Amino acid sequence: MEQEKKFYTLLVYSENIAGILNQITAVFTRRQVNIESLNVSASSIEGVHKYTITAWCYDDQVVKIVNQIEKKIDVIKATYFTDDQLFIRETGLYKLSTDEVMQNSEISRIVRHYDAQITEVNPTYVIVMKSGNTEDIMNLFNALNEFNCVLQYTRSGRIAVTRSTQEQVSEFLEQREKAER
Amino acid sequence: MDKEMITGSESLMRALKAEGVETIFGYPGGSIMPVYDSLYEYTRGEKKAFHHVLVRHEQGAVHAAQGFARTSGKVGVAVVTSGPGATNTLTGIADAMLDSTPIVVIAGQVGISALGTDAFQEVDLVGVSQPISKWSYQIRHADDVAWAVSRAFYIARSGRPGPVVLDFPKNAQTHLCEWTGPEHVKSVRSYVPYPTPSKSSISEAAKLINSAKRPLALVGQGVELADAHQELIELIEKADIPVGRTLLGLSALSSRHPLNKGMLGMHGQYALNMKTQEADVIIAIGMRFSDRVTGLPSTYARQAKIIHLDIDKAEINKCIHADIPVIGDCKVTMPAITKLLNKNDHTEWKKSFDSYFEMEKEQVIGPAIHPKEGPLLMGEVVNAVAEATKGDAVLVTDVGQNQMLSSRYFHYNKKRSIVTSGGLGTMGFGMPAAIGATFGAPDRTICMFCGDGGFQMNIQELGTIMEQQAPVKMILMNNNYLGNVRQWQDMFWNGHRSFTPMMNPKYNLIANAYNIPYELVVDRKELSSKVDKMLASKGPFILECAIKEDADVMPMVAPGKTIDEMMLKFNS
Repeated sequence: MEQEKKFYTLLVYSENIAGILNQITAVFTRRQVNIESLNVSASSIEGVHKYTITAWCYDDQVVKIVNQIEKKIDVIKATYFTDDQLFIRETGLYKLSTDEVMQNSEISRIVRHYDAQITEVNPTYVIVMKSGNTEDIMNLFNALNEFNCVLQYTRSGRIAVTRSTQEQVSEFLEQREKAER
Repeated sequence: MDKEMITGSESLMRALKAEGVETIFGYPGGSIMPVYDSLYEYTRGEKKAFHHVLVRHEQGAVHAAQGFARTSGKVGVAVVTSGPGATNTLTGIADAMLDSTPIVVIAGQVGISALGTDAFQEVDLVGVSQPISKWSYQIRHADDVAWAVSRAFYIARSGRPGPVVLDFPKNAQTHLCEWTGPEHVKSVRSYVPYPTPSKSSISEAAKLINSAKRPLALVGQGVELADAHQELIELIEKADIPVGRTLLGLSALSSRHPLNKGMLGMHGQYALNMKTQEADVIIAIGMRFSDRVTGLPSTYARQAKIIHLDIDKAEINKCIHADIPVIGDCKVTMPAITKLLNKNDHTEWKKSFDSYFEMEKEQVIGPAIHPKEGPLLMGEVVNAVAEATKGDAVLVTDVGQNQMLSSRYFHYNKKRSIVTSGGLGTMGFGMPAAIGATFGAPDRTICMFCGDGGFQMNIQELGTIMEQQAPVKMILMNNNYLGNVRQWQDMFWNGHRSFTPMMNPKYNLIANAYNIPYELVVDRKELSSKVDKMLASKGPFILECAIKEDADVMPMVAPGKTIDEMMLKFNS
């Protein structure tokens, strides 16, 4: 039976020590699994970093990847989710030519239609920002691109929080601190 | 009171001493000179705390540290310089990672200000060693030495052991720091070395074992690492379960134990491989279902329910699906299961192994260890040494035919009796690992079996053996071939003996050059007396045996085959 790859989001929490990103990505590299997007930032817990990683992989593969990541000494917790278990956001930034925007009123209509924000305007460019899911952000780009007005475009990696009512990492850390005492 | 200010190197010495280190395997060089300067004082006079073994190549230092760790149960230590010194340790680090061996490798590094400038002998050791080590860390300040060393030893030896790398820039070695006593790292919050086993998994495992009609236990090095030999015996005896051992788990259960049915895998016992495909319940204890054990994984033991006891969660379902995973230290989980077991009797099932064993004895073992004619065979050499040492010696092997035949025919009555490169299969491992073993188990006889290929892969360590008078009994089984590859070429690659015949030096002259006693065995009539002479000698000894050139290791599961397709004879 041919397995199908699924789109997974991994949430990884680690200590704030240099070189951990390298260790995490190496787990993917070893299996030649492409990382689709990656976001690293401080988490709500002081000194703990949070990684949001997306990748296409097989069911059993994602379990092994998560186990191997969690095995790294300074990784606190690694878990994987499908989209229905998460609240997800990405952001797109579109730098548009002011001339083009001024000449074609359809462009600003599209920006409003997609519920995007205009964040900066000057004589040469207009910066538009859109938060949402990948598809909406891509669709806005495609729509704007038809007017040849896009000077630059970039889309962020995914950020996500779980829909679960439990906070696994803080509970885990509490348990660890209790055990250490 | 005045603060005591010391250098990072002095701090390293004190931290190592606090960890109970006595033996250091190493090789000096530019970026580690401050450490060697401190080491000078710590290896003599009033401050003497360490014995430093000067190896002849950094790879040898790591393998020696591995041999030390495997025989002593302590953490092995290797100290090397930056750049090439550091990269030369990588094979040993990868080897220790695959074989769960606790070692700490301390490497010099260029000063922090020179990092990233392609300075002389600069290499990103943390970067290159991360994927092959348990933990890899750069000590950037002298203040961090005590903490980093303590954390390194804690991580190396706890849970599933493994190699730890400390990259030590020169400025951190020379700068001053305040010494406030050694650190005692007892936990790392992100790291759970001893997971708490789930009670339900233990009761489910016991229930399944109680219901089993044809149970089989597969025992790996985890039992040795957990020092759970007695707990294993209690479990298997109560439930009357026959046992197969992995290569690294060979001395987890005495060869003499009646439930011991031999070695698993590609060149393991015929009966065990056949019976694995008949067992109804398999209890895997501290083993990782390596492809050398399972053969083709998709056809491995499909009929059996599998209980997998392991301390490392990542091993569960990695290669073979476990119906009941029992995650935890097997020294804890085995007794918990045993308590819930019924006393059982599986005489019929155990007896069913016998006919296979008889077949193997008649067709393979007998001819291998008691040949009547023809050139000397590896099996009979191993058997002669095994009988003379009565199962009390430590077997150190190199890799290849010598490894498979010595592990098959050696006898193991004591724990921690096999040192071999199982996971990585590192040729050249044997000689330096055996040096380490003489320090790790100074009261035991260390027998190192090696082929002519592997002997020459770290042959420079004969210098270390000479200098240390390390009592390694080297049994060089010379068949003038890279024998294992030659066997595969004959079997699977059109018989093209592509670059496997080997032109050899005169080993007697090499032994002579290193002032190591040497004997050559050509005729089997003189085998026993020369083995006795070797074992009676005090220091190192080289016993070269002129082995039949094209003998094969049998039985064998061919690559990609199911284990019950094991061949007793090629083309049989």
